[in-house]
Amino acid sequence: MADDLESFRAEARAWLEANCPAAMRAPVKREEDVCWGGRNFVFSSPEQKQWLDAMAAKGWTVPEWPVAYGGGGLSRAEAKVLAQEMRAIRARPPLSSFGIWMLGPALLKYGSEAQKLEHLPKIARGEIRWCQGYSEPGAGSDLASLRTSAVREGDHFVVNGQKVWTSYADKADWIFCLVRTDMAAAKHLGISFLLFDMASEGVSTSPIRLISGASPFCQTFFDNVRVPVENLMGKAGKGWDIAKYLLTHEREMIGGMDGADTRSSVSQIAKKVLGENIDPLLRAEIIRHEVDAWAFLLTMERVKDEARAGQGTGALSSMLKYYGTELNKQRMELLMSVNGSDALAWEGDNEGEGDLARSWLRSRANSIEGGTSEVQLNIIAKRVLALPGA
Amino acid sequence: MALVLNDDQKMIREAADGFFADAAPVAEHRRLRDANDPIGFSRATWKAMAEMGFAGVMVPEAHGGAGLGAVEAGLVLEAMGRNLSAAPMLSTALLGATALVKGGTAEQQANHLPLIAAGERLFALAADEAARHAPFHVATFAEPSGNGFRLSGIKPFVLDGGAADWLIVAARTDGETGDRKGITLFLVPANAAGVSIARRSMVDSRGTARVTLDGVEVDGADVLGEVGKGGRLLEAVLDVGRAGLAAEMLGVAGQSFATTVDYLKQREQFGAKIGSFQALQHRAAHLFCEIELARSATLRALQALDAGDAQAPLFVSLAKAKAGDVVKLATNEAVQMHGGIGMSDDYDIGFFMKRARAAAETFGDSGFHGDRMALMIGY
Repeated sequence: MADDLESFRAEARAWLEANCPAAMRAPVKREEDVCWGGRNFVFSSPEQKQWLDAMAAKGWTVPEWPVAYGGGGLSRAEAKVLAQEMRAIRARPPLSSFGIWMLGPALLKYGSEAQKLEHLPKIARGEIRWCQGYSEPGAGSDLASLRTSAVREGDHFVVNGQKVWTSYADKADWIFCLVRTDMAAAKHLGISFLLFDMASEGVSTSPIRLISGASPFCQTFFDNVRVPVENLMGKAGKGWDIAKYLLTHEREMIGGMDGADTRSSVSQIAKKVLGENIDPLLRAEIIRHEVDAWAFLLTMERVKDEARAGQGTGALSSMLKYYGTELNKQRMELLMSVNGSDALAWEGDNEGEGDLARSWLRSRANSIEGGTSEVQLNIIAKRVLALPGA
Repeated sequence: MALVLNDDQKMIREAADGFFADAAPVAEHRRLRDANDPIGFSRATWKAMAEMGFAGVMVPEAHGGAGLGAVEAGLVLEAMGRNLSAAPMLSTALLGATALVKGGTAEQQANHLPLIAAGERLFALAADEAARHAPFHVATFAEPSGNGFRLSGIKPFVLDGGAADWLIVAARTDGETGDRKGITLFLVPANAAGVSIARRSMVDSRGTARVTLDGVEVDGADVLGEVGKGGRLLEAVLDVGRAGLAAEMLGVAGQSFATTVDYLKQREQFGAKIGSFQALQHRAAHLFCEIELARSATLRALQALDAGDAQAPLFVSLAKAKAGDVVKLATNEAVQMHGGIGMSDDYDIGFFMKRARAAAETFGDSGFHGDRMALMIGY
């Protein structure tokens, strides 16, 4: 077993060495360094496309998915080895995709065979870019009160309504969308999960400007959009189960399951910016933050180790989402304080001017998107502590 | 190293949980408190703990111990925290044994370690002098005298000082109060001439004492480690104790939280279980997260000590700081959420708050350890 893993490591290392272009072995710095794929994606370099194509041909954009659906068919242990080897050469992710992170796992669990064969390989190859149609103007934390309707007419659903906070709706090719198919049923039971093409007649989008400036968020409007019935995923009225399953993946992503430890600590930055010239109260606040940040990183490590050892305590994605996002907000507040009036800069000629203020403002959304902190605490109270309902 | 317990460690945790729930539950602590017990624990319990292998958990097998590490000692202390079990575990099995293992000569080890493991000899660390923990604030003076020294000074906060057979005394052979250099550790029999031990009744009802040394004669054979270099040894010993306290606080926090969540599910006001109120649910859920963070930091600290990791002191301070804050939050929330009954002496939850405060203070609170951690990472 261990020998197999080591021979896989050697094989993966050699293949990466031969196939990962030099230009793709550097950290992602700018937005155009991220490969999102899709019909209209413009590659920022020939190497970006070459790297995606090579990884997709190998099935390694989604190493653990079955080969039949465009994946690599790797075991969890092999996928971990692959990730380690990619890190070792600082290889960029070949593809970033809501299809991989969110829809894919739900399709694998709830999709029909035909849907899996149709959609998963295109996600794996970066051919189709997906967006998520969840929130509505009247359905935020109370997502199940959504009102976008899908009415059956022959072999189509006719969709009418409005979504909001749809990330990259203006760039996505397809949408996975929560719709109400049964107006009479109790609110959680009338919801269905539909997949459809954003190029369909009657779909329009409009970007949302945030307090931090331009954003990937959009409003998305559906005006008599006709969707073939075979694009219903799971059974009609069972969409809420899929929605919840998918939200768990989203929470883990936002809570920072990976990568948070690579950022420099507030204390390091404070030392660089202020040297010894720091008042004791700010220093104390930074230290308290750092104690929590270290303990949080160790907790992410422990949750992963426990999962690997089959000792998972379950329902912990809410804890990581809640605590991770609150910590990040606190971190941004402290960085603003450390940088004083320089942190207030909004626009300017110097490179990076305005970045900190925008990141600080953008971070306010961390504890709102993907389920607010209050919703996460509700989930912990209910599922982990088994406290009684109101 | 993975942040999980291995199978042997899980067995020790189960054994410890079962033992303390049975032999030294909170009711036993209450009995000792009500009896105004001078040493604050039952010697029969300590004897039984030795038979379980707990007293010698960190004593090498060659000296009759279990030859295990800080992780295992921490599991015992966590179970003691859950049950508020009083016993000289910290003072003897962690601090005493560690001081001898790390600093003792072969003769000192052979003399003391087997008796520690057998539960027949108790140690107490007489180090702190300042009310707020400051390990190098040692004014107790070791005056050269013949082939040895004469020790004089006051140690106002000696855990299990009233029951100890031997003291480990930090005294100054050189330098100024506050210096790390110039401290020497001495092994002193508690009944030596010039040693007087006065019980101090403390909020947590444990057996704490004020130890006064008045010209206590010691010779070279009584020195633990090297003359003038005891500061480093003292830090290493204290770090094991601090991590052990973090584990105990984890137990105190976990049990007071579990008791509180149970209460939220039973108590009715306004015609509903109070646990259905979101104002309390969110605080309980937040506290759950905080305890999980303290657990991760504590396990890493204990593992780092066992691995001899150079970063162990950093993780120890992280764990002591985090667990100290969390246990105070947990016990304060426990009393508040219990309402009036939480203030009543007939109810146990107040004992948890008292022990939490004492354990958080002992060997450095979150302010001390946050600062120590920051200094260690160059901040």
